[in-house]
Amino acid sequence: MSIGLAHYLAVAAILFTIGVFGIFVNRKNIIVILMSVELILLAVNINLVAFSAYLGNVTGQIFAMLVLTVAAAEAAVGLAILVTFFRNRGDIAVDDASMMKG
Amino acid sequence: MSFSADLGLAYPELILGIGALVLLVFGAFAPKASSLVGWGGVLVLAAAAFEAATGPFGKAFAGGLISDAGSAFAQVAILASSAVSIPLGQRWFQRRGVDNFEFPVLIVLAALGMSMMVSAGDLISLYVGVELHSLALYVLAAMHRDNAKASEAGLKYFVLGALSSGLLLYGASLVYGFAGSTVFSDIALAVHSGASTGVLFGLVFLICGLGFKVSAAPFHMWTPDVYEGAPTPVVAFFAAAPKLAAMVLFARLLGQAFGEAVGQWQQVLVALGLISVAVGAFAGLAQRNLKRLWAYSSIANVGYAIIGLSAGSAEGVQSMLIFMVLYMVDVTGFFACLAALRRQGRDMETIDDMAGLFKEQPGIALAMTAFSLSALGLPPFSGFWGKFYVFKAALDAGPLDEVAAVVGLVGSVVAAFYYLRLIKVMWFDDPKAATDTPPIEAKTIGIGLALFTFPVVLVALHWLDGSAAQAAHAFGLG
Repeated sequence: MSIGLAHYLAVAAILFTIGVFGIFVNRKNIIVILMSVELILLAVNINLVAFSAYLGNVTGQIFAMLVLTVAAAEAAVGLAILVTFFRNRGDIAVDDASMMKG
Repeated sequence: MSFSADLGLAYPELILGIGALVLLVFGAFAPKASSLVGWGGVLVLAAAAFEAATGPFGKAFAGGLISDAGSAFAQVAILASSAVSIPLGQRWFQRRGVDNFEFPVLIVLAALGMSMMVSAGDLISLYVGVELHSLALYVLAAMHRDNAKASEAGLKYFVLGALSSGLLLYGASLVYGFAGSTVFSDIALAVHSGASTGVLFGLVFLICGLGFKVSAAPFHMWTPDVYEGAPTPVVAFFAAAPKLAAMVLFARLLGQAFGEAVGQWQQVLVALGLISVAVGAFAGLAQRNLKRLWAYSSIANVGYAIIGLSAGSAEGVQSMLIFMVLYMVDVTGFFACLAALRRQGRDMETIDDMAGLFKEQPGIALAMTAFSLSALGLPPFSGFWGKFYVFKAALDAGPLDEVAAVVGLVGSVVAAFYYLRLIKVMWFDDPKAATDTPPIEAKTIGIGLALFTFPVVLVALHWLDGSAAQAAHAFGLG
């Protein structure tokens, strides 16, 4: 059995779903949410690179490079905001982020 | 097209990008001169707006950047709104002992991201624009960093914003794979011969991602918390310009890439619009905090803009553009008034705080009354004209949109309750204690924008109608 486009798309879809569930189901730690966000972006990258190879078109790989760069910037901003949150609260449990109900 | 001609179309973005970098370096070497950086930011935004209004039209960078009447219209509105929020926010932060020169730089960077969003012609530039403006907004929301609420607001905004970017991106990757290109015009060619399931699946993800950005229900849950926690002048900024940018991006994506698939996305949009109007109207009834209340009001108002867009015609896009511009004036003005109000050194944020405001601060109370009546859609205030265009476009569009228009009207009747309650409390209840003298810049901005909602709008509407009609034809919806 050869590994084709469908296999890559399935892996990406599974990773994406795990990432989304990681954000909504996880009630422990905000760092885990950041990891879930990374997982979503990596799932997208697998999609893009698989499509790029399948279509024989380099745009997907360029897109994937940009996604990697933006993911790094996003992690930097996210962790910085997390640090200010930790300074104010002394904890980063998800349940602590509940000063405002919602 | 040559590279230099391509660059010529990107002048507004280049001015914003280079301007932000120069201001950042200047601020780093002269940290005391934060007000100077602020005025520099206003100058950069004004220069970019001038360039956007007068610059040439065309496509650049292999279709990645589109400069047309639509992008020019949106850029001018976005840059003007950003320029207003620099003096408003900077003085607010300075009074609270946070004198950061980064504030204007972040506003300029957010404006750059938004101006890329409205001129994006490719899924890649769409994504980069969305991320550039979101990252700046996350930091702005958490800018008041010693404030526990602000950092929580920033964190929530970041987490849900990152999730929405993920949805958007997953949709973009599917559209790229099944349509074979990321350029809008090539996607349109692929959709022309019938959209495949994969492309439609991607489109739904893209709509969900953008729905988060415009805070349309059911993707609205971050909005009330972020509005409540974030600093008031920052809310004045990100309740206005980013919403317009995301709506214009919505229109461009649906019109230029998926124009042939109107039948597929129209129902999704009508559903989004209706749920937003209903959630905004009913959930707003229970709110005591004015920032939360206006968060729900903004959810409802975005619902009207989406109903306008769902008409799927140039008339619908025109109504969306007019509605959003008039709404931007409303919401910026209301939050500017809120930023001006303090009582004994404490921010006034709840409805009860507003008791007897008319006796204390008649100017600000009158301005807030004008904004509330306008958001409620009472003629002759500006909000009425926005809704008028939206409902007219919806009624012309077919039976589905007629239902949407009727539900929209009912929603605005329900929402009337909370706007009128605020007005009643301001005008007829007794004041509890004296309010502090409002700062001059917030008061000026608030009252100036109130004069726009009435009577200036009656004069401006003629011009707005013409330029929005011109802009709407650029989006490729018949």
